[in-house]
Amino acid sequence: MSNSSYSTPQVFVPPDGNQSYTAGRVHKNSGWVLFLQTVIARSYPRVVGQMRDISWMFFDTLLPLLSVCTYVFVYRAIHAPEDYIGFVVLGGAMLAFWMNVLWGMSSQLYWEKEQGNLSLYIMSPASLMAMLLGMAFGGLFSTSLRALLIIVLGSWFFNVQYAIANFAQLFAVFFLAMVALYGLGMMTSSLYLLLSREAWHVSNLFQEPVFLFSGFYFPIKNFSFWISAVASIIPLTLGLDAMRQLVFKSGPSLGFISVPIEIIVLVILSVVFLYTSRLMLAHMEKLAIREGRLTENRR
Amino acid sequence: MELAIRTEKLSRVYKIRGGKKSEPRSLIALNDINLEMQPGELFGLLGPNGAGKTTLIKILTTLLAPTTGHAWVSGYDVLDEPEKVRPRINMVSGGEASGYGLLTVRENLWMFSQFYGLPSAVANRNIKHLLEVVGLSDRMNTKSSDLSTGLRQKMNIVRGFMTDPDVLFLDEPTLGLDVGASREVRRFIRSWIDENPTRTIMLTTHYMVEADELCDRVAIINQGRVLACDTPSNLKHNLQQEAIFHLEVTSFNGTLKADKFEALPGVCNVVHLPQDGYDSLDLILEEEQALAGVVNTLNSANIRLLNLQKNEPTLEDVFVKLVGQSMEEVEQEGGSGEQ
Repeated sequence: MSNSSYSTPQVFVPPDGNQSYTAGRVHKNSGWVLFLQTVIARSYPRVVGQMRDISWMFFDTLLPLLSVCTYVFVYRAIHAPEDYIGFVVLGGAMLAFWMNVLWGMSSQLYWEKEQGNLSLYIMSPASLMAMLLGMAFGGLFSTSLRALLIIVLGSWFFNVQYAIANFAQLFAVFFLAMVALYGLGMMTSSLYLLLSREAWHVSNLFQEPVFLFSGFYFPIKNFSFWISAVASIIPLTLGLDAMRQLVFKSGPSLGFISVPIEIIVLVILSVVFLYTSRLMLAHMEKLAIREGRLTENRR
Repeated sequence: MELAIRTEKLSRVYKIRGGKKSEPRSLIALNDINLEMQPGELFGLLGPNGAGKTTLIKILTTLLAPTTGHAWVSGYDVLDEPEKVRPRINMVSGGEASGYGLLTVRENLWMFSQFYGLPSAVANRNIKHLLEVVGLSDRMNTKSSDLSTGLRQKMNIVRGFMTDPDVLFLDEPTLGLDVGASREVRRFIRSWIDENPTRTIMLTTHYMVEADELCDRVAIINQGRVLACDTPSNLKHNLQQEAIFHLEVTSFNGTLKADKFEALPGVCNVVHLPQDGYDSLDLILEEEQALAGVVNTLNSANIRLLNLQKNEPTLEDVFVKLVGQSMEEVEQEGGSGEQ
């Protein structure tokens, strides 16, 4: 440390009197500006981390492609319709989002707690919801790159033919599926805040059944209506089904329900999951503060 | 003037889960704490590990709810108005590994600054300035995972100060640092509070020298209770009339027990610590003459006096006088109030 003493930072004069909290000489934003700053700042490590550690290209792209290959070869061996190959590639790409939500998003607060970041997040004026949204955006960005790479490589290896029926609906389905899915992740992350290490088992419990019931590698129409309906609570189930209907020729004939209805259900799921996650997060934070679980493991 | 920090009958009891069959136990981390801190004050909380220092900081930083009692920071209730407390505070803990290893020092600090709503231009200016002050500017673009413990702690210090908080909580800020780095951190903390007289720092430490050197006032805490609260000089002054001696003697090897000295007339407190090849005795005596009894007891047990030194009272002596044990002994016994 140098011998110079700390001198007061230069005064920052806010451009207007609104949206500001001035604790002293340093201007600090609050309200929506602070919310947005937090979202951007918390997504930053995931976006930048993606560029600095490129091992994900092997672990998160090439390894999942092996599962895709397995299903492709099975379908080819039994002479399934060629669009099934595309179903598998698309499913493999969307699987990356589910894995990110399950392990990267839900458990993130647990890891933040272990690292000592969680207490710093909570004692800052930023909302935990903004933190989670930041994690979600960062995760969504990095996972989108993985998913895109899986689609590009899978389509190239297996010569998948796409016939996109409606770009607008396709974008809407993907967007809504992601909002609902990451909303679900934000909801479960508050559960992790309370359950700590035990919540790990919840993730394990859900991983494989969701692989099956969301139809990552086959159309869910093969299930009975009620099984498919229950599986639709996982946003990827309907998202994937709708996307397949929109990008493959035989998609509509293998779809579970019509795309417009799936879009409506995804809108409902998005609102419900995001709103519930907000309520749960506030409740869990209060509970964790009361019981002393924010900064320590269970006593 | 509004108090920076005030607590009123503040208590915190943890429920510790036992096994499947055993009943949960209670651990009293804080017991009826009443404290007041003025703006501009550097207030120290001195106590052994498990005394309740960190629990108090957690309550004041809105991370933990008190079981009973109230606490206010900058005039706002920490339990009912956390959203008003949080923009005004910050905290740095010793040995923390916050931030992300993949990010550089500057990026980590920028990220945390955004959580406090600092505009990027202000944040970058503060970060640059503070990194220069703590001598870390040449590591600005180093990944934080590549920093040593000392450098990482300097980064944490910058994180705490860059938001210019009204009240800053420093929980064992020099923990794990070498002597030189600790001294630099202490110097920086003192100069910051001197130049920002409306700000307040609450510092917890179990290093006596740190509390003595840095703090305007010190509260000595043990088993969740505040035993004394005053300026370091006043606390020591109360021991001025007593005689404090440090003795080094040949090893007791079981021939003598320390409590034998405590029974001697004029002996207030004795701390006996076996050292490498000898034993040390720290004595607080009502008057110097009482030393004769101690020396006679040593002679009769064939224990040789190697070194004798009369000391000015330190905060360690104040602690021993108040608790009856040294901080080290309390820590070895595991000093929290389980029930």
